[in-house]
Amino acid sequence: MDKKDHRPFWTMRRKEEWIGWLFVLPEFLGIALVGVFPLLFTIYLSFNDWNLVGGFSSIKYVGFENYLRLFHDDKFIKAATNNLIFTAITVPVGMAIALVMSVAIHSYVRFQGYFKVAFFIPYICSTVAIAAVWGALFHPSMGPVNQFLMSTGISNPPKWLVDTTFAILAIAIISIWQLIGYKIIIYLAGLTNIPEELYESAQIDGATGIQQFFRITVPLLGPTNFFLLITLVIGSFKVFDIIKFLTEGGPNQASTVIVYRIYEEGFKNFRMGYASSMSIVLILIVIAVTSITWFSQKNKVHY
Amino acid sequence: MTVLRGKNWAKTLWTALFFIMSMMFLTPLLWMISASTKLEQDVMKFPIQWIPETWNLANNYQKVWMSDVSFTLFYWNSLKVALICTVLTLFFSSLAGYSFAKLKFRAKSGAFLILMMFMVIPEQSTLVPRYILIKWLGLYNTHAALILMGMFSIYFTFLMRQFMMGIHNDLLEAGKMDGAGYFYTFFKIVLPLSRPILATVGIIKFIWVWNDYQNPLIFLYSKPLYTIPIGIQYFKEEYSDNVAVMMMASVSAIIPLLVVFIVLQKHVIKGISLGGVKG
Repeated sequence: MDKKDHRPFWTMRRKEEWIGWLFVLPEFLGIALVGVFPLLFTIYLSFNDWNLVGGFSSIKYVGFENYLRLFHDDKFIKAATNNLIFTAITVPVGMAIALVMSVAIHSYVRFQGYFKVAFFIPYICSTVAIAAVWGALFHPSMGPVNQFLMSTGISNPPKWLVDTTFAILAIAIISIWQLIGYKIIIYLAGLTNIPEELYESAQIDGATGIQQFFRITVPLLGPTNFFLLITLVIGSFKVFDIIKFLTEGGPNQASTVIVYRIYEEGFKNFRMGYASSMSIVLILIVIAVTSITWFSQKNKVHY
Repeated sequence: MTVLRGKNWAKTLWTALFFIMSMMFLTPLLWMISASTKLEQDVMKFPIQWIPETWNLANNYQKVWMSDVSFTLFYWNSLKVALICTVLTLFFSSLAGYSFAKLKFRAKSGAFLILMMFMVIPEQSTLVPRYILIKWLGLYNTHAALILMGMFSIYFTFLMRQFMMGIHNDLLEAGKMDGAGYFYTFFKIVLPLSRPILATVGIIKFIWVWNDYQNPLIFLYSKPLYTIPIGIQYFKEEYSDNVAVMMMASVSAIIPLLVVFIVLQKHVIKGISLGGVKG
């Protein structure tokens, strides 16, 4: 810029130094305000007892008490267990279905564009709207799902969202349905990177479709699988919207999860300190999953 | 990417099979649309009447769109919040993305790494302190709270940087030679060249904010400020027994986004395959 001519202090380099920081500054300040500060505050609160109603003067240091309490809190243990069950159902089942469907869409089907869009539609829909629809479909006595089951001769179908055994499964079904399109898109992106010649030479060698699937497709999708695994496991620990809207963690805690417990303790019981200790547990889980996957991926062969 | 294997008739068979599957897959949404046109007493009839015997579309529509606190209001709120969030996110993340991609300054890689580390922290884990922060700032029960929480994104900054690293330095140098400042380069050269990523990030951000349920749940309590997802919850409390009205509300929430998606599907799908994350 012409300033350079008048003021030698502003050399090109020096100027870029300032401009560089100036341009990232808004983003940094923003993240500091809505990301870093809340995180530090969560850590601080997790070591304190604080009922929001009492104001700041009622913050009381309690050391690790909140954390120790978590181990004896039946509701929290139930929530963590439900999270694990939810992850164990949604991630492998969702990935397996999506993988098979992606391979079919990629190689055996016409009008790929249509199928991509059709299966992706639930993903862009409001989770709350989707939950409202499934809430009606899963209605225990009159819902189409159970009416259908009864018409096929099952006289006593599960009561789904109001059934202590099936509530978490019903929520898992909704979640798998909503996210399948996302997984298909990611798998299709991975599949396009597999060279077609591999399949051609396999065919010449007389490999069947199933053999090709397990010997070529699955191994070469290694990085895609890793990416999906980490994203979906983390995502499954954040499940909240469907549960808040449909079951409020019920019936009788049957579908409560960690994020719902955080919400309940923080915004219904106003126990901010205790809610924060659960938040820290959630963060540690996410960091653990991320780093386990990260390190195991580092040691894997890149295809 | 059209790869077709197997015999011709087999392809046709697979396609037909998949078409049936896709219709079954979309049955819940078709049921929703059908239910939204019905009388309440017909909604749960089995076998399902896909085309209603007695139409009640106008009535359901009226309940959702023309009551005191109606979807008209929720729409306006959602549109406002989503648009402002999208524009601000695009601005801040492209500005930072450009700087990280193309400018040289001290501690750049360190700063970038620190920013990326915070991407791991799930939003859900900071509900409590963000609520307190919003109260402190005096933004509780305002749209400004939603906008503040939705205008910064590490993930989109990352995507912007990745894209902008691919811009040829010659193009930027040419600007500098002409005496163009960094702001000029950013607005007149970098942003126009980044149109594809701006479109992708913009549409995805818009969808996310439009569908966001957690932030309005925590930051809003006055009904006239409600956005669509929390508005649906209000309808559930108001009309819990009326499935037809609920389905009309759901249809109303989904349809506009569906149209946007179908028109801009390429951008959405590209954005997602860049490695999307969703809570």
